[in-house]
Amino acid sequence: MELKLREDDLAFQQDVREFLDRHWPEDVREARRNTGRFEESKGESPEVRRFFDALNERGWAVPNWPQDWGGTDWTPTQKYIWDKETARAECPQLSAFGARMLAPVLYTWGSDQQKEQFLPAIREQKMIWCQGYSEPGAGSDLAGLSTRAVRDGDDYVVNGTKIWTSGAHVADWMFCLVRTSTEGKKQEGISFLLIDMTSPGITVNPIHLLGGIHSVNEVELKDVRVPAKNLVGEENKGWTYAKGLLTHERTGIAGVARSEMTLARLKKVATETSVDGGSLWDDADFRRRVTELEIDLEALAMTELRVLSQVEQGGAPGPESSILKIRGTEISQTLQVMQIEAFGYYGMPYPDQTLIDNEGPIGEPFALAAMQAMLYGRASTIFGGSNEIQKNIISKAVLGL
Amino acid sequence: MDFSLSDEQSLLKDSVERFIQNDYDFDKRRKVMAEEDGFSRKNWQQFAELGWLAIPFSEEDGGFGGGAIELMLIMEQIGRGLVVEPYLPTVVLAGGVLRRAGSSGQKEQYLASIIDGSKLGAFAFAEPQGRFNLADLTTTAKAEGEGFTLNGHKCVVLNGPSADFFVVSARTAGDQRDAKGISLFLVDADAKGLSRRDYPTVDGLRGSEVMLENVKVGKDALIGDKDAALPLIEAAIDDATLAVGCEAVGGMEVLYKATVEYSKQRVQFGQPIGKFQVLQHRMVDMFMEYEQSKSLMYMAAMRLDEGYNDAAKRAVSGFKVQVGKSGRFVGQQAVQLHGGMGMTEELSVGHYFKRLTMIDTLFGNVDFHLKRYGSFE
Ligand SMILES: Cc1cc2nc3c(=O)[nH]c(=O)nc-3n(C[C@H](O)[C@H](O)[C@H](O)COP(=O)(O)OP(=O)(O)OC[C@H]3O[C@@H](n4cnc5c(N)ncnc54)[C@H](O)[C@@H]3O)c2cc1C
Ligand SMILES: Cc1cc2nc3c(=O)[nH]c(=O)nc-3n(C[C@H](O)[C@H](O)[C@H](O)COP(=O)(O)OP(=O)(O)OC[C@H]3O[C@@H](n4cnc5c(N)ncnc54)[C@H](O)[C@@H]3O)c2cc1C
Repeated sequence: MELKLREDDLAFQQDVREFLDRHWPEDVREARRNTGRFEESKGESPEVRRFFDALNERGWAVPNWPQDWGGTDWTPTQKYIWDKETARAECPQLSAFGARMLAPVLYTWGSDQQKEQFLPAIREQKMIWCQGYSEPGAGSDLAGLSTRAVRDGDDYVVNGTKIWTSGAHVADWMFCLVRTSTEGKKQEGISFLLIDMTSPGITVNPIHLLGGIHSVNEVELKDVRVPAKNLVGEENKGWTYAKGLLTHERTGIAGVARSEMTLARLKKVATETSVDGGSLWDDADFRRRVTELEIDLEALAMTELRVLSQVEQGGAPGPESSILKIRGTEISQTLQVMQIEAFGYYGMPYPDQTLIDNEGPIGEPFALAAMQAMLYGRASTIFGGSNEIQKNIISKAVLGL
Repeated sequence: MDFSLSDEQSLLKDSVERFIQNDYDFDKRRKVMAEEDGFSRKNWQQFAELGWLAIPFSEEDGGFGGGAIELMLIMEQIGRGLVVEPYLPTVVLAGGVLRRAGSSGQKEQYLASIIDGSKLGAFAFAEPQGRFNLADLTTTAKAEGEGFTLNGHKCVVLNGPSADFFVVSARTAGDQRDAKGISLFLVDADAKGLSRRDYPTVDGLRGSEVMLENVKVGKDALIGDKDAALPLIEAAIDDATLAVGCEAVGGMEVLYKATVEYSKQRVQFGQPIGKFQVLQHRMVDMFMEYEQSKSLMYMAAMRLDEGYNDAAKRAVSGFKVQVGKSGRFVGQQAVQLHGGMGMTEELSVGHYFKRLTMIDTLFGNVDFHLKRYGSFE
């Protein structure tokens, strides 16, 4: 057993750092760090666009994809280093719905035509996707979805309502689970459709989340015609693809690198926050809680490394991989709350970002962004399979209950 | 020992409860928040007419002579309704200082207009460097000529934007964190040299940064004795701590009940989610947190009514620790159990969660009050 990174991994880490420092320099990081403007976008701001272009030029836009489609031949350790370094550099990420969620389905089960049409555009962040799974009646019980797709000539005609669709208001396309059969098991009548968001019959209604954040929507589909060539794989096999997608992305799901960043910033804020002539970091109670969290996080980081090393040696991830999401979100939520706590009274102001842009921050430059992260962060234990659902899965699949 | 309310107290409770039920549902609250002040002046007048603005003041001062129990009864309902009208800053804080130490002239001018609803107040006690330490002050008041000149920066002053007057803590002697040398002043909102930066707070209230630049006040602006205001500040803040704690208890009651209701309605996997044992136990925990908080609420209110001493301070801090922890748990779990719905602005659940989160901060968080609790024998 050995924990140290090998020589070649260290050299790789150095390369990555240099690349990120050049294309996503500290002044850009600083400016974006304190912005409390929470929205999905196509990354149109020039510096973001340039960054994505640089990634593509270097061939690092989608490390996890197969090389045929612009991926890398990195080892799991290298991918781990990449995740860590990109989190450290706080650089923009390709929209996850396309690059991390849909793409694996497409390169595994998609038609050649679908791969050609979509994968390069996703890689270059020129086509934004949203995920149309959840419905008002089908949240945790996703297989209970009822949006209907009925075959009519060369098209499917789709009717139904999707809800909580992140980024639907900026997306060009939606990958969508639809019901194509009501016979047999619920899971066996679901298909995976790709829907052009400009199709007639689609209405996107905003849903405002706590703190006024607009990231999710309700998407109504009324007699939307979808060409049958936009069906992924076989009809009624959509559930299998969607589930395959869920187990596909192992690294990053615990958010270790991101939480490490938040932890570092929390410590920094604590040392800069004055209490009784000293700093908040001198407060034994606060410090104890941060330190406990740091140990939790370290344990999680090691758990993630155990998973990675198994994968690196060609094995399947063991049962410990299932705790990554639960523990990762618990830790990040606790960090987010402690961040607000650290601000004291300056955690309370919630001005408009434009006001801050014009007149400067109130008290803490980072407070608004931190509050939005805390509020939005409550969703992390709800979406992508709530933590209760995750525990149900572990008790069944791992403990055999 | 007696946990029952007097007839008068029951009447008070019923009257506030009725108002919250009939005139302050979530939609109405949303509407008043959209008004220019962020609350309803009309509601405020109604509070005055119903006598609620007179509750803590002595009969001699034109008030109702209520104590901590009466405050508790009102604030618990205010918490249930997430009321945004500035009862806490005006009546409990600014009023709390004035009723304890105001001169007869100050009471006539300010208390009377708090009671009849014509003036709103705010207490500018916190400073950017001070965190929860009430004595950590860099704002100064220098005796000059017939009065004082104030300079400094007071932060996150609740109701700052609508206040007609401020009660301001400032240093008249001593070093930055000395217990002695602190004084309180009445400063009118339109005083020359006073400027504000106003903003909404995350829990739907309004606050201000208040900057004092050579603000000149007369001798009669001094509240109570010069250099000796810290105990007075602490007493008003303890009332306010009880008050927000009661708000939290009211909020927790709404949340645990709303969550139980929702879990009976929301069907997933062919059954109401309330049938899942893990959620049942979670809701039992929410309920227990609420009940335990309520117990310490009674304790704190009764101790305060027995007299303002170490036992009362200890009880207030103990209560605040409990609501800090319980409020966070109940708020977070209410959101969690409502799933995506709990995350929306549209549902009230998330707004209670936000208020409960901020109540932990107000007047000292769990860590602060744990230490304070432990500092008394
Ligand atoms: C910010 C945000 C972004 C989202 N983005 C997307 C998106 O882009 N695309 C998309 O398709 N969906 C998205 N979702 C939806 C998300 O996947 C659902 O919210 C999630 O599946 C939970 O469903 P629900 O909200 O209907 O809650 P419910 O399923 O009604 O759950 C309510 C509560 O009951 C619990 N519960 C349910 N079943 C059980 C059980 N069997 N045992 C124990 N407890 C149970 C849950 O854990 C939860 O606490 C998003 C949600 C949010 C909040
Ligand atoms: C020190 C001691 C003194 C006792 N004295 C007496 C006595 O004087 N008279 C007497 O009659 N009995 C007595 N008991 C027995 C006691 O009442 C039983 O131990 C108790 O009822 C639990 O039963 P069990 O031990 O069979 O555990 P089980 O019922 O088998 O329970 C095992 C575990 O499963 C959990 N569990 C069981 N059902 C559920 C459910 N539906 N949902 C969730 N969790 C569940 C339990 O909480 C427990 O954690 C005593 C026990 C102890 C340990």
